[in-house]
Amino acid sequence: MSAAAALLPSSALHQDWRKVFRWGLICGGSLIALCLVGMPVELDRREIVERYLSLGYVSVLLVPICAGWVAATQIVLEGFESRKQGLYDLVTGLLVGVLGGGGLSLLMVALDSWNLRDPLVNWSPKLLRFLTYENGMGFGAGAWIITCGVLGLAGASLHVVPRVVRRVVAIVLMGLLALSVLESAVSDLSEGFRLEWLADLIYAKKGGLTLTSALVVGIVMAVVAALTDGRVKAVTNRYREMEGMERQKASIVLFAVVAVLCIVLPIFLGKIMNELLANVGIFLLLALGLNIVVGLAGLLDLGYVAFFAVGGYTTAVLTSPNSPWFAPELHFGVSLIFVVIFAAIVGLIIGAPVIRMRGDYLAIVTLGFGEIIRLLFMSDWLGPYFGGAQGITNVPGVDLGFATVKGTDPRSVFYLVLFFCVIAIYVSWRLQASRLGRAWMAIREDEQVAEAMGINTVSAKLMAFVVGAVLAAFSGAVLAAKVGSIFPTSFMILVSIIILVVVIVGGMGNIAGVLVGSVVLIGVLGGPKQPGLLQEFQNFKLLIYGILLVFMMLKRPEGLVPSARRSRELHQDEFLQDAWLKGDKLGIDDDEIETGHVEEESR
Amino acid sequence: MRLLEIKDLQITFGGLDALSGLNFHIDKGEIVSVIGPNGAGKTTFFNAISGLVTPTDGDMFFEGESIVGLDPSTVTSLGIARTFQNVRLFPNMTILENVMVAQHCRTRQLLYGALFQTRAFKQEEREIRERAEEILGFFGHRLVGYRMDQPAFALSYANRRRLEIARAMATQPQLLLLDEPVAGMNPIETAELTALIGRLRSEWGFTIVMIEHDMKVVKDVSDRVVVLDHGVPIAQGSYDEVSNNPDVVEAYLGRPVEAR
Amino acid sequence: MSAHTISTNPVKRLISVDRFLTFIRIFLVTMIVVGFLAFIWQQIDADNPFARWRNPGARGLTGDQFKGLIVSGLSQGSMYGLIALGYSMVYGVLGFINFAHGEVFMVGAMTGFIASDKFQANGMWESNFLLCLALIIVMAIFFSTFTAVVMERVAYRPLRSSPRLIPLITSIGVSFFIQNFVLGLFGPATKSYPRLPEWLSKQRSIFTFEIAGTRLLVLAVAAVSMTALWYFVERTKTGKAMRAVAEDKEIAALMGIDVNRTIVTTFAVGGAMAGVGGILWGLMFRSVTHMTGFLPGVKAFTAAVVGGIGNLGGAMAGGISLGSAESIAPLIILEPLGVPGVSQLKDAVAFTVLVLVLLFRPSGLFGERLSSEDRA
Repeated sequence: MSAAAALLPSSALHQDWRKVFRWGLICGGSLIALCLVGMPVELDRREIVERYLSLGYVSVLLVPICAGWVAATQIVLEGFESRKQGLYDLVTGLLVGVLGGGGLSLLMVALDSWNLRDPLVNWSPKLLRFLTYENGMGFGAGAWIITCGVLGLAGASLHVVPRVVRRVVAIVLMGLLALSVLESAVSDLSEGFRLEWLADLIYAKKGGLTLTSALVVGIVMAVVAALTDGRVKAVTNRYREMEGMERQKASIVLFAVVAVLCIVLPIFLGKIMNELLANVGIFLLLALGLNIVVGLAGLLDLGYVAFFAVGGYTTAVLTSPNSPWFAPELHFGVSLIFVVIFAAIVGLIIGAPVIRMRGDYLAIVTLGFGEIIRLLFMSDWLGPYFGGAQGITNVPGVDLGFATVKGTDPRSVFYLVLFFCVIAIYVSWRLQASRLGRAWMAIREDEQVAEAMGINTVSAKLMAFVVGAVLAAFSGAVLAAKVGSIFPTSFMILVSIIILVVVIVGGMGNIAGVLVGSVVLIGVLGGPKQPGLLQEFQNFKLLIYGILLVFMMLKRPEGLVPSARRSRELHQDEFLQDAWLKGDKLGIDDDEIETGHVEEESR
Repeated sequence: MRLLEIKDLQITFGGLDALSGLNFHIDKGEIVSVIGPNGAGKTTFFNAISGLVTPTDGDMFFEGESIVGLDPSTVTSLGIARTFQNVRLFPNMTILENVMVAQHCRTRQLLYGALFQTRAFKQEEREIRERAEEILGFFGHRLVGYRMDQPAFALSYANRRRLEIARAMATQPQLLLLDEPVAGMNPIETAELTALIGRLRSEWGFTIVMIEHDMKVVKDVSDRVVVLDHGVPIAQGSYDEVSNNPDVVEAYLGRPVEAR
Repeated sequence: MSAHTISTNPVKRLISVDRFLTFIRIFLVTMIVVGFLAFIWQQIDADNPFARWRNPGARGLTGDQFKGLIVSGLSQGSMYGLIALGYSMVYGVLGFINFAHGEVFMVGAMTGFIASDKFQANGMWESNFLLCLALIIVMAIFFSTFTAVVMERVAYRPLRSSPRLIPLITSIGVSFFIQNFVLGLFGPATKSYPRLPEWLSKQRSIFTFEIAGTRLLVLAVAAVSMTALWYFVERTKTGKAMRAVAEDKEIAALMGIDVNRTIVTTFAVGGAMAGVGGILWGLMFRSVTHMTGFLPGVKAFTAAVVGGIGNLGGAMAGGISLGSAESIAPLIILEPLGVPGVSQLKDAVAFTVLVLVLLFRPSGLFGERLSSEDRA
């Protein structure tokens, strides 16, 4: 310590020790928890940079970086920094990292001396080998303490370095990670374009980037990031500040690009990637529907899976020759009409009793309904009609005349689901800017006042339920055609909750947000049963969904791609502060800011 | 012609009479003020008319039809709009949207029109928007221009009150219930709004019932004043009659010492 | 006129949704009444025309079977009650549904399993059962309380002033996290509690009721915990502070009550009750997985609503009513109506009870006690 004291100015050592220890403890605790949950060992199989870095190590290394970053974050009140960040914060980060590494070392000692395999399934020599690099305890402990310290320091230093550097580092790291995660997608795509050599160049044979390609790509990315610094923001800002017509034009161009990509891309993709896209589409459709119910009308429907099930079962009963009770073997298109009708009816039946309940009761009661529907489909009682636990098999694909959409041809399923998604996006978009959409918003804001302003809240809410139900039922119909069979186990409550996470992570009430949410979450992590790009995450994806949900609610409740309205709602104070800082640019004068707080009693 | 007639209205909350035996009427084109000390039941009276509270006993007729037991939304669509004492806007909707959404009960388009963008739908949207702009324009420069696209919570207190009145106007009522429209405003704003209330009748043809504590406003605009105390109407008549009524003085100031 | 609340107007006009709801209400009640009458008829004469039509194999229940149903309903219900207390207390004080409370219960059951497994391994389970029981209860209480308190600190405290649905969504995330964290730590295998010693688990006859010793133990422990909780809330200073915070947080703070500490205490006490419930669950059903908390959690919430959320006595009573309904209703209402495989529908019955209560008496059977913020 004395040597350190000689090197550092004393101000850097007057740390807020409580804070340092708290974050050190959190860092160490999370590292230990991570190891005991088994994530590093299981993810070790996935290479990021061949032979040098696996996903397992990445998952561990991220912890001290984040802890260092958070511990060194300074609370900025009213836009006034109390002091300049510098050495002091670096020391904080370093200490937090060292404490975290210390936690890992303790775990290693414990792993070495006791056998707790009995209750803790991941308490294994494998974990010890992972942690010590098979080089003995002393080496392992030393290496981890130093590495974690350095990473904590690195995390903290992100506060200190100029913004450009922060941006470059973030982009390079995220980019490399993304490139490696997208390995199967990229190699699939390059195969489609007959560019196999490109994939071979980037990726090693056993998976993961090769060291050279990682370096080259990293440098390219760094250069690009440094050059484009500020421009991206300028472009998005310009887009945001565009006026009506101009903005519409830009949106149309953007939309057209996305549409062309969606249509052209699958042609060049292989089976696995198309399968993945089809899954993403199915969940996107569900998420768009839930977005109308939760995001626009503010009704937290946790039993949303019920409508998914109704769609699936209606299609299966009406089209499959194996339907046990009534098998008209209709065409998919015809059955779709009935899907709409039944979904609307079930929406009304479930909606009617819950519509007057308080928001939180509504959530739990709909959850109950979701579970009741699954239990009924599974029971012996309705078994003779819906096949019970065996479900209904042999659902035919969609015969379009020139082609048949079947699960064995995921590309066609993707186009089918794309068609429905476009409908759903159109519906959400049009409704948002209509009389009904405004009524939903008003109900979400203050139901009693909405009612007093002449809005029939009961019918407006029921309408939201029905629209959401129909969209979910479409998704169920596609699922039936894709899988070729329908089982009650496809409709667990889990599905509802995962869709809720997708909507919330993406950005409630925002179509683009929901799109991003489902592509990122379902695409990368996977759905309740469907694997995503990171198949190694299979066992941890629900854990990650849980963490994400909590994290988003705490730190960014408006989602990754917030709708302007929603972020305003959640950050009223900041909005007013910004308006004040910008002064007359927004044209708000001081006396208006003074009284700008909104009464909360209506919540 | 009687626009609103209330007979023997009684409202009881857990054994406490918030209103009892209230008789009240208002003719088309009148401006009536309801005054009374705090807790006299004035806001309950408004809540009863607008359907937020259902009366325990008594009857209410709007244009000759009973409105007892109707949903607030039905009452509004019949032509009674109100503002709230503690301003309740839709804070995260823009100012324009606040006024547009209030025209809900006067418009028809549902799913079909919105989804297929029918001509009727577009026409209606345009009308809603134009009407909203027209109403906002009534308040001078304050709520129009760039402000129309600002969220309502960014408005100043006085402007929120104005927007609330605008929102009530947008439901196209015959009868406007204003709950303390000038509360919390400074004298200049108060004077301005007082003039505006007069214009609401002369230009827009609204009949107005107003709860107000500011006696100057009451004096300036009302044709008639009703005084409530402990849920019972104790006096009615012109401002001068009421202000000299000994019961009213007693209700506000207490009984003179010698009379005790 | 007698004292009435706001919404008691005889002339409130009906709209179509209300008509539909009335129809649902009448339909459900008719079904229940018909089922029950059919049950009575088949008790009197198992071969009556109705039974021949709907339920040909009907034999009627014997008295012992019926008593057995009541006992299992009671013991299961008392566990729901113990969990429901936590929901009710948190709702009373903070006004939101802590969806993750079921996981607190699961943590208790899991702790109990690990400890009792170790005790069995070193032979203490047989030789000194009562000590083991006391120890595992203490450990379960400790870990459940710890979970609940950490949960409050990390996930709920920062959200205290947000709109009500935000903490609810957060708690769903917390619930998901705890489930899968426990899955990661202890693996997916179903874990079985060791068998209770013979002297305890044997059948006993009390007032002609044949009761397994385990169930008796469950009832006794539940009764003791409930009494302790009642004493704590009604008689101690902390309990009084809790009730004050439930009424109005700001005023309570002005009266010198440490609101944060009181809220933590609420979570802790709720967690402790859930921990005890977890142990009892383990002893009775002898199997625990990471998903154990979900269904009992949702059902306990139902119990809290049935009893009137925020009302502690109501939570216990609601738990017992729900437990009884769940064990009796399938056999005396659904089976006489000719529904096959009724035991599969136990969970559906519980949810139907929730819907029924909210349709008929949204404030629960024994009335809600909510904080003033909720009433507004």
